Amino acid sequence: MTNISKFTRLVRLGIKTLLLHKLRSLLTMLGVVFGVGSVIAMLAVGTGASEEAQSQIRRLGSQNIILHSVQSQQDQTTDRVRMSIYGLTYDDEQRIRETIPTVRRIVPAKLIPHEARVGGRTMELRIVGTTPDWFDLVERELIAGRRLHQRDLATRANVCVLTERSARRLLATETILGNRIRVGSNYYEVVGIIRSETGGTAGGVQTPDQEVDAYIPLTTARERFGDIVMRRSEGSFERSMVELHQLVVEVDELENVESTAEAIEQLLRRFHPREDYRVSVPLALLRQAEATQRTFNIVLGSIAGISLLVGGIGIMNIMLASVTERTREIGIRRAIGAKRSQIIGQFLIETIVLSSAGGLLGIAVGVIIPQIIEYFAGMPTIVPMYAIVLSLGISVGVGVLFGIYPAIRAARLDPIVALRHE
Amino acid sequence: MVSLKDVRKIYQMGSEQVHALDGVSIEFAQGSFWAIMGPSGSGKSTMLNLLGCLDRPTSGTYTLAGEDVSQLEDDDLSAIRLKYLGFVFQSFNLISQLTVRENIELPLFYQGWEPHECAARAIEMAERVELGDRLGHRPAELSGGQQQRVAIARALANDPRVILADEPTGNLDSTTGDHIMKLLGELHQQGKTILIVTHEEEIAAWAEHRLHMRDGLIDRID
Ligand SMILES: Nc1ncnc2c1ncn2[C@@H]1O[C@H](COP(=O)(O)OP(=O)(O)OP(=O)(O)O)[C@@H](O)[C@H]1O
Ligand SMILES: [Mg+2]
Repeated sequence: MTNISKFTRLVRLGIKTLLLHKLRSLLTMLGVVFGVGSVIAMLAVGTGASEEAQSQIRRLGSQNIILHSVQSQQDQTTDRVRMSIYGLTYDDEQRIRETIPTVRRIVPAKLIPHEARVGGRTMELRIVGTTPDWFDLVERELIAGRRLHQRDLATRANVCVLTERSARRLLATETILGNRIRVGSNYYEVVGIIRSETGGTAGGVQTPDQEVDAYIPLTTARERFGDIVMRRSEGSFERSMVELHQLVVEVDELENVESTAEAIEQLLRRFHPREDYRVSVPLALLRQAEATQRTFNIVLGSIAGISLLVGGIGIMNIMLASVTERTREIGIRRAIGAKRSQIIGQFLIETIVLSSAGGLLGIAVGVIIPQIIEYFAGMPTIVPMYAIVLSLGISVGVGVLFGIYPAIRAARLDPIVALRHE
Repeated sequence: MVSLKDVRKIYQMGSEQVHALDGVSIEFAQGSFWAIMGPSGSGKSTMLNLLGCLDRPTSGTYTLAGEDVSQLEDDDLSAIRLKYLGFVFQSFNLISQLTVRENIELPLFYQGWEPHECAARAIEMAERVELGDRLGHRPAELSGGQQQRVAIARALANDPRVILADEPTGNLDSTTGDHIMKLLGELHQQGKTILIVTHEEEIAAWAEHRLHMRDGLIDRID
């Protein structure tokens, strides 16, 4: 008889024996079921959350460094008409471009919140004055038309690229490209539409783009809007003078990202007595997110280890009881001619069947729970393949580890003594 | 041929030694039928267990099928039991979770027979002991005599040379006991060596030879 058919026979024998005590077998398995189930469920939730965070951070561009202008606390005056001067300047842009060799490209952006109208429709847009490189560094799919050109910049053209969402809101069913939107007293021809993403924040950093963006040439923005932005708030005017709101820097190589960020910070510190800028490094955030995930996995691993240990001890307990209960049977088998190794095999296979069945049930539980969480809590979950393979391997391992001692106990029994057992 | 030469079995009980067998020499010829008798504690079961390779003598030699088996390793003893020996016990010793057929199949299973061969042989053996219609029953559903017949069928399944029975009729009434002895007698006719331990003269009368034990020694043979 081949080894495989011998093995399947032993497995069938094991299953049959376990089915003699269905409730007991089920209860014994529960430890492994919940151990494996909770591990997979937790891993699925953890992986889902971290994948989402990481993909958000990746959208910032792992080779990018993002600089924002920020208004520092000190320069907020209490006048009725406030005027604050802060932030990144055209000089900053030039210095970074010219003095830091690892900088491949740098994209400046002026951000002007402004109402836009087409016919009777209005919408609060964020006018982004920028350069064509923007569309390379902040990758968004072009749906129609074209992006901004260098020529637009040179001619200070009155053109704009809208996001899909703004285009829908403003232009509704009208033909989109070639249409003109009015911002203030000027008209801008829509030359392109890009896909809008959710925007918002990623890993605590404002993404460079937003859903309500309208991109126009930087030169045009300077001419039309100047550097002073006026905003009405709480019955008072707030005026701020900011040359550039944002700089997106692309570094030549991934390994130079951190040193470049360091160099940029040093440079800015020299020319900005107040810290009116913020440097965000998506790569660092990504690394941080990965480190968090690792810690999370270690904690999960420990919990998993403990629950599987408890499950394993439960199995061992039952198997020891089973060996005592079946002493007579062991004696009979030995008297007939079963070798010690065959007795070990019989009992070991029973525990392995028990723990693997527990593992399989646990996988089912572990796959279903994240679905429920996703459905009710709206959290993204991903059941990683490795978690399933690992759990199955571990549950077989638990069977072997905690089954081997009872099996050896069974095999060590003296056949004469075992036969006399009541 | 089965032979013991100056076989001793000494149990150490704390500081005391119990000489369960105190130098036994005897030959059981192939195909003979023996009844081993004697008072309680005289060493009958000890001798049968040694003959059954369930235990090893403290000293002396035991030759079975031309081989000295007195100091073999556990696995080798298992192999010898599986190949040459069949056991019948006073308390039947069937596995209660298994059916009649599965119980009979056990020695074949350990010999590595294919399932369909096992089944065919088990059915043949069950019919041999007139239990062909009880194959799917569990031991608890059978009478004592029927259970003992299943045990005999199981002992026969691997076609052993020697059948060892320790008080096979001890738990049966005399009619049923006679039935069992008749069955063992038939096996003897077919050339098996049969060694049974018994207290009862009527049972011993079925055998060709009677061996009387006393205090771990052979008292007499008749
Ligand atoms: N495992 C053991 N440990 C210690 N002493 C033992 C052991 N087995 C048997 N003995 C002793 O060996 C002697 C012979 O025992 P054995 O079981 O062979 O007797 P027996 O002839 O079969 O008796 P009975 O007719 O009552 O079954 C007895 O004194 C018994 O106490
Ligand atoms: Mg006895």
